[in-house]
Amino acid sequence: MRSEAGWGLKLAAGAGIAFLHLPLALIVLYAFTTEEKSFQFPPPGLTLHWFSAAWFDRPDIWPPLWLSLRVAAIATAFALVFGTLAAAALSRARFFGKDQLSLLFILPIALPGIITGIALRSAFDIMNLPFSTLTIILGHATFCIVVVYNNALARFRRLSPSMVEASMDLGANSFQTFRHIVLPQIASALLAGGMLAFALSFDEVIVTTFTAGQQSTLPIWMLQELIRPRQRPVTNVVAIIVIAVTFLPILAAYYFTRQDEHRQG
Amino acid sequence: MLNSLSNLFYRRPQLLTALLLGGPLAWIGVVYIGSLFALLIQSFYHLDDFSGTVVHEFTLSTYAELAATANLQIIMRTVVMAALVTLAASIVAFPIAYYAARHARGKWKALFYLAVMMPLWSSYLVKIYAWKLILAKEGIVSWIAATLHLSWLLDGLLSTPIIGGSSLSFSYIGTFLVFLYIWLPYMILPIQAALERVPNDFVEAAADLGATPRQAFRDVIFPLAFPGVIAGSIFTFSLTLGDYIVPQIVGNSRAMIGQAVYTLQGTAGDIPLAAAFTVVPMVIMGFYLLAARRMGAFDAL
Repeated sequence: MRSEAGWGLKLAAGAGIAFLHLPLALIVLYAFTTEEKSFQFPPPGLTLHWFSAAWFDRPDIWPPLWLSLRVAAIATAFALVFGTLAAAALSRARFFGKDQLSLLFILPIALPGIITGIALRSAFDIMNLPFSTLTIILGHATFCIVVVYNNALARFRRLSPSMVEASMDLGANSFQTFRHIVLPQIASALLAGGMLAFALSFDEVIVTTFTAGQQSTLPIWMLQELIRPRQRPVTNVVAIIVIAVTFLPILAAYYFTRQDEHRQG
Repeated sequence: MLNSLSNLFYRRPQLLTALLLGGPLAWIGVVYIGSLFALLIQSFYHLDDFSGTVVHEFTLSTYAELAATANLQIIMRTVVMAALVTLAASIVAFPIAYYAARHARGKWKALFYLAVMMPLWSSYLVKIYAWKLILAKEGIVSWIAATLHLSWLLDGLLSTPIIGGSSLSFSYIGTFLVFLYIWLPYMILPIQAALERVPNDFVEAAADLGATPRQAFRDVIFPLAFPGVIAGSIFTFSLTLGDYIVPQIVGNSRAMIGQAVYTLQGTAGDIPLAAAFTVVPMVIMGFYLLAARRMGAFDAL
């Protein structure tokens, strides 16, 4: 029984969706405006100039972009290993304090970022660790682990133990079983988790401001442009790049997790 | 070699668990939790006003400082903002979640889901920046108001004390709108999940027993979906409490908790007071989570 929605509901839902998307559309529009100093609407004219300006005239964009990509890649690799290990352990074993432990593993995402940031900063201070690319990666890995962990855990719970037992019965050792039975079944969940972790790290600004020291990741570069703007439309061009770099992995992650929901019913 | 290792794991499953868990636990359990504790301990130190250095002695004077009027105002302001954002988000989110859960199907349903997920995962800073464009004095809101000959309404709104300001991007209205926008998807998803779990039989039974659609909604669907609203409110409330970038970019100069923490630990160098400030959202969220659990919100997550 699914009745036709009333027009009031349709209007409210449609307006809500529009509210979620119009601001992003405006970001794209303003990348083409000829007005550099203000956010005048409607734009007085349209130009492609800012794309070439971002590419040729602004060498300050490149180092933050590379740093962000590097940090996101390393933090994701790190999170893939640790997140999967934690999910594997907590899904198969039963031991005292397991529930508390699984709560612990989602804490970095549940607490406001500013608390994670300032806590890590003072810990690095105490450990006499100078702020560097390493400290940025350490900060990002902390919440990236959670994303991979959540994705992997959901998949591990759906794995049927009888396949692992059958593999062992047929003479495979645990490493062969992992390689040929478990890994193929969790691969797409890991891929999805890894992509979300990458997108999250690439976009992170709150924890990063506390752990970056003098270096700028792309979000920090953007934050500085927001506070002290130079060529405003160039910021829009970079914003479009950021949207693309975070959005494509998310679409892919959605595709990977959706596909196996269909397969496993 | 591998075989004997494998046999050892089989005989001693705890060993394997310990090996698997060791790395991640050292990370989250020791480094992360350790950092949180170190922060908590710092809140019991205090800053010496004359030398500007932190005195490592147990004292409650930092918490006394936290109770000063100016600091209490910061806390009150932040809590009120978080409550208003949460309330507005639940009102805006409900129709979207309701339509997606109970009317959309097939391709439309997937599209709706993506339409919520896309803004959720788009860059946080890009979203804030978008509102800087929208709310600017020369931006689209002013333009629409002028085109519709409603500029007087906008000016009236901005001249209202407390919530007004020189333009929307320097007012509480602006801060509120940006918070509402960036946290809205966190409210939609739990409500939608809760609504999808309401069995259709219940709704049909209500109709069979003579309830009008309105009554069925009020007495059956809404109470069953309410834990989803609470679950969503955990996110909107907590995220607003801790944020310091939104009020810095869109808003007036009066600080919220996050900004206070940021300036205290940075330029002011008063780590103890900053640490004491971070205890506030932690305590508030602790009570909030307890209350939410009592209302069954965790089953809706």
